[in-house]
Amino acid sequence: MTTTMATSEATPRKAKVGSLERQRRWALGGSYAALSVFVVIFLVPPFYMIMTSLKSSAEISAQQGSPWVVQNPTLDNFIYLATNAQFQRYFLNSVWVTGLVVILSMTIAILAAFSLSRMGFKGSQVISTGVFLTYLVPPSLLFIPLFQIVGALGLINNTWVLVLLFPTLAVPFCTWLMIGYFSSIPKELDEAALIDGANYLQILLKVFIPVAMPGIIAATIFAFTVGWGAFLYPLAYLYSADQAVLTVGIVRELIRGDVFAWGTIMAACVMAAAPPILIYTFLMDYYVAGLTAGATKG
Amino acid sequence: MANGRTIAIGIGTEASAASRRAGSLKKLARRRSTTALLLCAPLIVLIVGLKLYPTFYAIFLSMLDRKMEHFVGLDNFAFLLTRPSFQLVIFQSCLFAITAVVMKAVIGFIVAHLMHNIRGRNQRIWRGLLLVPWVIPLALSTLTWWWLFDPSYSALNWTLNWLGFESIPFLGTTWNARIAVIAVNVWFGAPFFMIMYLAALKSVPEQLYEAAAIDGATAWQKLRFITLPMMRNIILITMLYSLIVTFADFDIVRILTNGGPQDSTHLFATYAFNVGIESGNIPRGASVSLFMFPVLATLAFFVLRDVLKRSREVST
Repeated sequence: MTTTMATSEATPRKAKVGSLERQRRWALGGSYAALSVFVVIFLVPPFYMIMTSLKSSAEISAQQGSPWVVQNPTLDNFIYLATNAQFQRYFLNSVWVTGLVVILSMTIAILAAFSLSRMGFKGSQVISTGVFLTYLVPPSLLFIPLFQIVGALGLINNTWVLVLLFPTLAVPFCTWLMIGYFSSIPKELDEAALIDGANYLQILLKVFIPVAMPGIIAATIFAFTVGWGAFLYPLAYLYSADQAVLTVGIVRELIRGDVFAWGTIMAACVMAAAPPILIYTFLMDYYVAGLTAGATKG
Repeated sequence: MANGRTIAIGIGTEASAASRRAGSLKKLARRRSTTALLLCAPLIVLIVGLKLYPTFYAIFLSMLDRKMEHFVGLDNFAFLLTRPSFQLVIFQSCLFAITAVVMKAVIGFIVAHLMHNIRGRNQRIWRGLLLVPWVIPLALSTLTWWWLFDPSYSALNWTLNWLGFESIPFLGTTWNARIAVIAVNVWFGAPFFMIMYLAALKSVPEQLYEAAAIDGATAWQKLRFITLPMMRNIILITMLYSLIVTFADFDIVRILTNGGPQDSTHLFATYAFNVGIESGNIPRGASVSLFMFPVLATLAFFVLRDVLKRSREVST
């Protein structure tokens, strides 16, 4: 570099720019390298899940060669599960429970958030704060008194118990999220609608819901994730196989079989993880917005 | 005033019309707040019925004897505190929550910075890949971890052997099992921190770094005097929030070790499940859960204080 500096006026600047650029390139390369290490570590379990799901029981029990690769890939595990009445039951239960939970939670959350963010009444501040507090109450704090309560309601070992209880996990956060989104809508918009003679229902349906659509999608994804993946409540309140949903069904029923059923178990995990992964692939931005909104908004 | 009726009533009308108008405004306001309350009703019913009432019911339950016939005051709590297995639960819960949250925060911070160096489309792809652990239902990914740790067919041990190391009984000894459950929690939760910190990093104005660069600041100085102060709030609130969730975690320990070996990895939630649901001692299970309450309430207080402070800043 010293020789180039001596040759002309212009080169030192160029060299400096070049070194900065090189530095930046190095930083970028280093970032990519380090990130690759993290990605490999983070993706080991999903990778192994898929690999095992493609193995036959014979291949798993033989223990020949590396466990990380499949020698004779087969879809037998998936075919077995897809035609297995019990697994179909878990899947269907998960689907309808999650569907109802999402609809119920979003209805409750949108109505409440509209009221709390726009129609301010006595105590609305207290309720908003209370909503946030209940969001911080984890399910493991209340599952024992709830066991007594759902027992008294006659809902033990009845899948409907989840439709009753999952909204308690989803609604507080969804409401909080929607309050944030609704509050950011300019007041002039609904005032204009009011002057035009719209009633509150029309304002909600024609102004708020369309404008806050990104928030609604984020909250819906959250409610879906809760309904699809929750484990404690179904484990505590459902004990027979026909009432189970995917999470408990897989963990409790499939493991009872012989040791080498791991191919089937992992295939079941792949199938159960597929819906959230699919949703996430297509709606990642909303998903991320929902994750971060809880802390950056409101 | 043109029509006959108003003239006939005379001078008093002016005031009564005004008061009537005020009355109808008040009525309108009242109707508005009735509608508002009605729209909130489902939420209030849900929270009061399935969150608030169970909380008080838990306190009541925890003060009954095993058969739920007699009132025993605080005996359940006192009894639990004398039990070595419960003392282990307290220790393990604190160890689990604090270690896991600190590690998640550190890894999340590092990965967020690496990610921040990459701009544009590529960042989306890497972010997408790194978020996968957070998206798979935890119960199912924990099952996969269990299979990875499986004593006789462990793929991790196969790799260790292949590299020339001895096999490790991942879930067989106390400390191995403790580290394993923490590792799974870190694996699951670090992407959440990464996303939060990345969002915070993006909100730090670029000019601050440019100004610092002109002043000749080193990378460490930029981190120490710009990034950390600017991100302080998000770092703290994410950690507080995660402490609550991690402290009350259930899925990982339940599936991976179910408290073993020798009850050394039980958390409050899994221990409460074993005592309350599986052994059928509802009052004692309720008291185990309630031991979490003071810790969670303290953490929630700080989270709430921060959130309310910030929403006030936003509104003014």
